[in-house]
Amino acid sequence: MLAFAMRDLTHVFAAAQAGDVTAKGRLLSVIERGGAQANAASEFAAQHAGSAYTIGVTGAPGAGKSTLTSALIGQIRRLGDEVAVLAIDPSSPFSGGAILGDRIRMQDHANDGGVFIRSMATRGHAGGLSLATPAAIRVLDAIGYRWILVETVGVGQVEVEIAGNADSTIVVVNPGWGDIVQASKAGLMEVADIFCINKADRPGVAETLRDLRQMLALSPGPPDPTAHWRPPIISTVGHTGEGVAQLWDAAMAHREFGTSTGTLDRRRRERISNELREIIARRLEQRARELITGAQWAELTGQALTGQISPVAAAEAILAPVLRSLPPSPMP
Amino acid sequence: MTSLSDFHADSLHDPADTIRRVLVAKCGLDAHERGVHVVARGLREHGFEVVYLGLRNTPEAICNVAQQEDVDMIGISSLAGGHRDFMRRLGAFMRQRGMDDILLVIGGVIPEEDHEYLREQGVAGIFGQGASMSEVVAFIRSHLRAAG
Repeated sequence: MLAFAMRDLTHVFAAAQAGDVTAKGRLLSVIERGGAQANAASEFAAQHAGSAYTIGVTGAPGAGKSTLTSALIGQIRRLGDEVAVLAIDPSSPFSGGAILGDRIRMQDHANDGGVFIRSMATRGHAGGLSLATPAAIRVLDAIGYRWILVETVGVGQVEVEIAGNADSTIVVVNPGWGDIVQASKAGLMEVADIFCINKADRPGVAETLRDLRQMLALSPGPPDPTAHWRPPIISTVGHTGEGVAQLWDAAMAHREFGTSTGTLDRRRRERISNELREIIARRLEQRARELITGAQWAELTGQALTGQISPVAAAEAILAPVLRSLPPSPMP
Repeated sequence: MTSLSDFHADSLHDPADTIRRVLVAKCGLDAHERGVHVVARGLREHGFEVVYLGLRNTPEAICNVAQQEDVDMIGISSLAGGHRDFMRRLGAFMRQRGMDDILLVIGGVIPEEDHEYLREQGVAGIFGQGASMSEVVAFIRSHLRAAG
């Protein structure tokens, strides 16, 4: 099955690399659905990826992220490069469905063959991205996109996840925003490589600028003392394009910083580590579900709920068949 | 070598598990958005991922989006009478690009006498204003299931 899928996939990748939009769309669907085909596609992508630079755009709902992303697309196109965009929106936890409405603000680019936009739903994943996001980025990289923009809603801790998946992260706020304590709690200060005050034609820009600068001065130093990047604060008006060139310059400056200091490599290493952890956790759970029945799982959950056993003991019981199926550790 | 049309993400998966993606848009200059909002939300509540394109879309742009998003269905809302011309052009673009595995559906104010013309353009489902959400969903599911 895998061999067949690989031959098929090679054909599809070749078509995608040659510019076939349907092929690109199908590959991303494969990735989203997971399973053997997705693993084969990830394998292929891993071998051909490595030249793309990923920029994350996050912020509270209504901050103007999609409009800004659209403006950044224009910026990249003016440079003569092609660009791929992942626009991520939350799935309904009740129905599993989603309204994917980010690209409505990017319609200027609908007929530009050099722009590929894909909307993704989080599909139950809690962090504001979809589980498939890292693999989707890798596939777009393998297809040949030098620039990948990832846009997602950031509420609370979500910004941390996008930063873990992008080379440069832009956090978008609006004038009048500025609850210092809330922002520090959410880890926003550590996550932003660039701050963008969008809708800067509204009142309150100076205060927000001051608040952000204050927060940045107060926040603890970066974990790596050799990395002295001070996040710039860029004011923009997304729908007119004002400030967007400066926003792009800031992203490029951050990229330059990352490559010249080795910070970029370190962050990418961490990204891979995180991805491995996620995959391992998922596989273990998947394997556990193959080895015990839904009824047994429910029974253990019930026992943990009533306090008969602790959650740790319940998890150990679920994992026991998985661990038993492994060969014994070699003698030391 | 298999052709691209044979390569479908669903082929190795149980169709019952598959999350369906649909594109919902209004055609032409028609500015009545409330109905299509209701439909988009209704589809979401039934587990669909709805790529919502809103107002003022051209047939060409809709096709571009449908390909990028690899949707299973395109749903067009038309309340201002532009449906004949729009669906003719949309159908033509879709055929030109080999997009015949995408279900094409229209809803809104569609006079009975236009139904046959629309079906000739490739429209599979026509839903007038009295249509219920469950009717629409049932139609979509049975057609997508049949397509595999």
